[in-house]
Amino acid sequence: MTKKESQAGTFHSIHGSLSLWGQLILLSLLLAAVIIASAGLGYIKIPFMDVVRVVLSKISGHATLLGDMDKLFPVVVVDVRLPRILTAAIVGAGLAISGVVFQGILLNPLADPYTLGVSAGAAFGASLGILFNISFMGTWSVPLFAFLGALFTLLFVIYLSASSGGLSSNNLILSGIIVAAILSAGISFLKYVADEQVSVIIFWLMGSFGSKTWADVFLVFICVSFGFVVFIYFSRDLNLLSLGNRSASSLGVDTKRMPLILLITASLVSAVCVSVSGIIGFVGLLIPHMMRSFTGPDNRKLIPVSLLTGAILLLFADTVTRAILPHEIPIGVITALIGGPFFCYIFRKRQTAKVW
Amino acid sequence: MERVFEIERISFLYNGKKVIDDFSMVLEAGMSYGVLGPNGSGKTTLVDLIINHRQPVEGRIQYKGEPLSSYTRKALSREIALVPQNFYINFPFTAREVVMMGRYPHMPRFSAPSYGDTRVVQDIMEKTETLAFENRYVTQLSGGERQRVIFARALAQEAPVLVLDEATSNLDINHAISLMKMAAQRVRQEQKTVISVMQDMNLAAAFCNYLIFLRQGKVVAHGPVNEILTRETLWAVFGVESKVYFEPYLGSLQVIFKK
Repeated sequence: MTKKESQAGTFHSIHGSLSLWGQLILLSLLLAAVIIASAGLGYIKIPFMDVVRVVLSKISGHATLLGDMDKLFPVVVVDVRLPRILTAAIVGAGLAISGVVFQGILLNPLADPYTLGVSAGAAFGASLGILFNISFMGTWSVPLFAFLGALFTLLFVIYLSASSGGLSSNNLILSGIIVAAILSAGISFLKYVADEQVSVIIFWLMGSFGSKTWADVFLVFICVSFGFVVFIYFSRDLNLLSLGNRSASSLGVDTKRMPLILLITASLVSAVCVSVSGIIGFVGLLIPHMMRSFTGPDNRKLIPVSLLTGAILLLFADTVTRAILPHEIPIGVITALIGGPFFCYIFRKRQTAKVW
Repeated sequence: MERVFEIERISFLYNGKKVIDDFSMVLEAGMSYGVLGPNGSGKTTLVDLIINHRQPVEGRIQYKGEPLSSYTRKALSREIALVPQNFYINFPFTAREVVMMGRYPHMPRFSAPSYGDTRVVQDIMEKTETLAFENRYVTQLSGGERQRVIFARALAQEAPVLVLDEATSNLDINHAISLMKMAAQRVRQEQKTVISVMQDMNLAAAFCNYLIFLRQGKVVAHGPVNEILTRETLWAVFGVESKVYFEPYLGSLQVIFKK
């Protein structure tokens, strides 16, 4: 009986990992579909098959694939829409996986780049960079400032909320919100003194994917991919961390180095996302939460699934505001309008039941 | 007997205060050690030093003839398993997932559990009577159920040394006895070393064969149970009047305390 049961157990675990791959394939197909649909939608409607043909001809280099298509279509798809679409998808993915990691390290399901003040820190750093017109590192200058702003903010928030008993949920969120409030005042001050640069800062702060270029795509792609690789590498250790520091350490996790590496990487990922798109709140909170109820808390499944879902949902939201609504609303406003109430809901649920 | 730990004159400071003061001891394989002492006597710190979670400021600890600090964390996780005092789990893993985490030290980073891993987990969950709630979330289990899951996780680690930091404090007497029996059985049959920090003197007397009494970071007394567990020791360590007697029903010493 024992043997039979354990065989059933083995089968179950194989089945589990198969269904993870199934989920990932399904989500990838969905993402591809949303990308193609989004590329066809907008002021100029382009048939979906033409979008596919444009993309295929670009990848393969065969101009013949385009056939007798309107000469405008390839330009619209490749130069205007795809950079925006891919940036939105990659930023969504980046915010979602850094949310997973912040929640896992801080053992706090309410943590995300926005609630921890990391986004505000990145925005403040980036505003400084824009204000002083710093460009010694070319396109990477503003992202670098965003990263430094994010990192210092995170360390300060952790310092503020740390007590002898570790990091409590409420302290952490409270500190994050306070620091974010101070930083937004700081950003307002920067706007006030900015004079000529003010329109650049305001335009960027609105949080929009409009007028993104392939350089932006490249930037976020590099950083989010790097983050994803690091997160996946440590995903099993991240699971062990939820048993507490001592247990994790006794199971082979370096409990001093590993959280530090992950926090810095997650700050980098969210800072680069912010530097490209402005502050987009609650994606890193909402996505991991929703996905955890499908995959369970195992980070080896949660991270890749959140990556794809974050990409799909943020791209979907951006497509709605770009192509479907009569006037474009900043994407940050939409995610806050949806995410804010959701945050309230989780927070309230936590007050009534001590179960996550 | 094989020497597992050789602890030589270690000290540890906590906020400038000596919580472990010039502690020396040799721990052998095939023995079950009970660490006893009043609250704040340094028991948990001693455990932290033994599992290399903290490092002594003075002195040294050797594990199987090599300095403890020379082992990688990964290597050590195959040698020493810990059942911690504090066992709050923050995310809703299922009981089975938590027990499987005990196999992580034996599994390559990116691979799924092997047939052997699954068998070990199944076997241990059966013995610890945790199969009944294998698919329930640990966040929804009672304190005692969760402690058994954590105990099962440590057993699944299949390490030669098992460190129990007040591992039975939340358990009913039935489960406390059955878990201590499982630990004792591994000491006898597999020559494992069990180091248990305990509050319950009688449970310690029944299941340990060597006792170490700590007070204010110093070893006040240590020795085989039958020699060391005396009225005088308990008075010196805890400052309470007691009677120590042999209980034939149990086959070991027992203690009763004066009101």
